[in-house]
Amino acid sequence: MDIKVYPESFDPWQEIQSHQHSAHNMAGKFGATSIFIGTMRDFNEGDEVKGMTLEHYPGMTEKQLEKIVAEAVRQWPVIDALVVHRVGDILPNEPIVLVAVWTSHRGDAFDASRYIMEALKSRAPFWKKELLISQAERWLEKNTDGYS
Amino acid sequence: MSIKVRYFASLKESIGRSEDNLAFSGAVTVSDVWHSANPNKALPENVLAAVNMDYVELNSAVKDGDEVAFFPPVTGG
Repeated sequence: MDIKVYPESFDPWQEIQSHQHSAHNMAGKFGATSIFIGTMRDFNEGDEVKGMTLEHYPGMTEKQLEKIVAEAVRQWPVIDALVVHRVGDILPNEPIVLVAVWTSHRGDAFDASRYIMEALKSRAPFWKKELLISQAERWLEKNTDGYS
Repeated sequence: MSIKVRYFASLKESIGRSEDNLAFSGAVTVSDVWHSANPNKALPENVLAAVNMDYVELNSAVKDGDEVAFFPPVTGG
């Protein structure tokens, strides 16, 4: 299990590849890998967005993400998981979040990765502030429910 | 007892501070910490609170050396 918070842009595909290559214990054991990547859009709520700043609570962020991954491991037979999240200044088209889950079978991979992602959205202490094309800044007030 | 208070995101901006260090005597809850640190500002309705980086209810007790944090709903991911 690996949790990373990056202040600089990252390549999610490279992260997945290097994590999988370094996890020798799971070679031959996993049959399913579920990958979710969240990427910054250049639009939100009808406005053009030119950038965003992601603030976080260092320490609590990692603690909450570790708890969320541990909850997923208790509920599904997860072989390995990787969670990567950006902080700092982000531009459209840059990745914000990566959740990758390795399991023996696909159902568990889908379910565990969705659980981690939805729990991250409601509990991991990150906050987005958008910078609009108009130069106005605004804090996002609330994440939407991913199931509705 | 001494308590460190931290604020994040829009709440930090509206208060104009990122942290406070307060001294108390006797039993104190998370809500008491807010009111002592911000006597002229009601607790925002949707505020979230944490003690030592775990989520808590506003009526939770705090103890000497705790770090209490207040922040708006989270918007990561």
